Amino acid sequence: MAKQINVALIGNPNTGKTSVFNALTGLNQKVGNYPGITVEKKEGVCKLPRGVKAHIIDLPGTYSLNASSLDENVVIELLLNKNDKDFPDVAVVVSDVENLKRNLLLFTQIKDLEIPTILAINMSDRMKYKGIQLDIPLLEKELQTKIALISTRKNKGIDELKELIINYKELSVKPCVNASEIDPNYFDNLRKAFPNQLLYKLWLVITQDVNFGKTDRNEVDAINSFKTKSKADLKRLQQKETIKRYQFINSTLKKGHTIDLKSAKDLRIQLDRILTHKVWGYLIFFIILLTIFQAIYVWSSVPMDLIDTAFAFLSEWTKNSLPQGAFTNLIAEGIIPGLGGIVIFIPQIAFLFLFISVLEESGYMSRVVFLMDRIMRRFGLSGKSVVPLISGTACAIPAIMATRNIESWKERLITILVTPFTTCSARLPVYLIIISLVIPEGKFIGLDYQALTLMLLYLIGFGTAIFSAWLLNKILKIKSKTFFVVEMPNYKLPLFKNVVLTVIEKTKSFVFGAGKIILAISIVLWFLASYGPGDDFNNAESIVTTAYASENLSSEELQQKIASHKLEHSFIGIAGHAIEPAIRPLGYDWKIGIAIVSSFAAREVFVGTLATIYSVGNDEEETIKNRMAGEVNPILGGPLFNFASGISLLLFYAFAMQCMSTLAIVKRETNSWKWPTLQLVIMSGFAYIVALIAFQVLK
Amino acid sequence: MQVTLADIKRGQQAIITDVSSIHIPLKLLEMGCLPGNLVELVQVAPFADPMYLNINGTHLAIRKETAIHILIDITNG
Repeated sequence: MAKQINVALIGNPNTGKTSVFNALTGLNQKVGNYPGITVEKKEGVCKLPRGVKAHIIDLPGTYSLNASSLDENVVIELLLNKNDKDFPDVAVVVSDVENLKRNLLLFTQIKDLEIPTILAINMSDRMKYKGIQLDIPLLEKELQTKIALISTRKNKGIDELKELIINYKELSVKPCVNASEIDPNYFDNLRKAFPNQLLYKLWLVITQDVNFGKTDRNEVDAINSFKTKSKADLKRLQQKETIKRYQFINSTLKKGHTIDLKSAKDLRIQLDRILTHKVWGYLIFFIILLTIFQAIYVWSSVPMDLIDTAFAFLSEWTKNSLPQGAFTNLIAEGIIPGLGGIVIFIPQIAFLFLFISVLEESGYMSRVVFLMDRIMRRFGLSGKSVVPLISGTACAIPAIMATRNIESWKERLITILVTPFTTCSARLPVYLIIISLVIPEGKFIGLDYQALTLMLLYLIGFGTAIFSAWLLNKILKIKSKTFFVVEMPNYKLPLFKNVVLTVIEKTKSFVFGAGKIILAISIVLWFLASYGPGDDFNNAESIVTTAYASENLSSEELQQKIASHKLEHSFIGIAGHAIEPAIRPLGYDWKIGIAIVSSFAAREVFVGTLATIYSVGNDEEETIKNRMAGEVNPILGGPLFNFASGISLLLFYAFAMQCMSTLAIVKRETNSWKWPTLQLVIMSGFAYIVALIAFQVLK
Repeated sequence: MQVTLADIKRGQQAIITDVSSIHIPLKLLEMGCLPGNLVELVQVAPFADPMYLNINGTHLAIRKETAIHILIDITNG
């Protein structure tokens, strides 16, 4: 079999590069990470005519080969490293017909690297609408390339593009612009020092303030000694280079590109008058947010309940149909619920990314960034932090995944770190049961006390997130360029295929990325709750049966007592006892301790665990509530769940990092254990202190 | 006093006369923010920051702190 043709798709953001990638590869694509960094690597296989195959890599969008972010850096690293296995045989520069001038800047740079380059002009279906005419043969001659006029929306030109890729060897590799003219002396010296190197490549290596990894390490060192010019001088030269390129582009387009402004229509201005308006803009954004929130919160509850039921059934079925034993228990009580704990998040993740990708594809997201930037900037966040913070109210996991489009690493990291403070839906069952136990019924100016408490908890969560963002912004010393340039692209109808592929890909990355860690921890927690040392655990059955021999218990009640006894003496039960001295000042006993330890799997497990400990047969809320109301504090006397301990528990759950899934996703997104560990220690430590103060003051 | 892009009003058009390349990210230059190019203010967020501009056919938003480093000549309005 012939070698696959390596193709790199390169282009400015918002040119529909991903649509071209999707059109070429369809479902034959995979998304991974570049080693050691969190930049997404998208690659796929494309079947070309005559049995030839192409390996397509979709490089991150960039405006030029002068990198200012990690994403853009990836592009240059690949194009400068001939030894990389992905080094392109041919580069396809995807451009947008409406922004051809700007898009060609990147094109001329890549041509200067003497890589065979095809120019794909996308969105050609809009040419007539915009009054644009192109003289393709003339442009091909001037730009020394082949041009494919395509429209991913109308599915046109893709076959022509494939044909050009097959015949890539016929492409000219002559540069269009001679960059060395910007400072002939300097470039002459450079040529003399490195006679075997491409001059433009040297220039890129000199001007990039980036780490080139293993790429030509020795060369870079030699070149470093050549950095005779100051940074300011280099930047001035880069500006000169940019102007020179634009001169070339302008003179080329003057010949081959005409635009009839009279027949051009622009919807953007009309829409933006409303969508970025000082009042209407915010109102519309608020309505859109409400819809998203509603979807994640309410619509996804239907499939989530189904998943919950299905996994419970599957677990029960496994238990009944496999032979009894430790292995069956592991599958039925450890692995299946663990898998269920991963799958349960899929509806929320899918819904959130459905909305996000529609907003991004349509061009609306840039307007949100524009509207919110000023407000968020005060807290060290970016306009782009808004969506993660709001969707954190449903679930922190998709929210943290949604931070990927924040360019500044510092702003992104702060957003990731503070998002878990917002009140996610898993806290709700815990809040509801405790509120109904300890907050008296009654009304305050027509508002229910209990509802007010719940609202207050949401406000505390959001307030803490914002406040800690402000604090982190002061503390974190991360050098990160904070300049803010956001393109405001034209409004477009989202492409269904792109939206669906985004949803699939994000869901997959959650299931296979964070899912592994969640499954592992679930199995460990199951083990700790199902096994214990000593007689008390192993002979639980006979001990309980003897103890209750005189009482006439039904076998079901007896089973519940046994389960409760076992849990008390399991490893996790012992852990609950062990931490009792630490949590007693907070007003909790060892039973709550067990529930806190096991709810580390997911906050809502708190209620279910208490149900098992109190040996309540089902987890009907009313039954557990009555049982909880009857609990007596062993030391202080009086009800265990009173106002003081209840408030203390509410505050503990408001602040503590009680969610291993969130930790797993933070590990994945930050690519280090450092941040999730800090999050765990600081958030849970803070929660402990606040809960302690609350109980001691209120008791 | 020199007129900078931060002073432009809605509906006004201007020509960029000079950019202080040290203070301006290269990315902005590459997007067309270069001397001689036409610039127009499309919309401003509350407190006039960020600014939504049309520079040489490219629509983009920048913060005011960046705009003060771009000198302009207002041509109409």
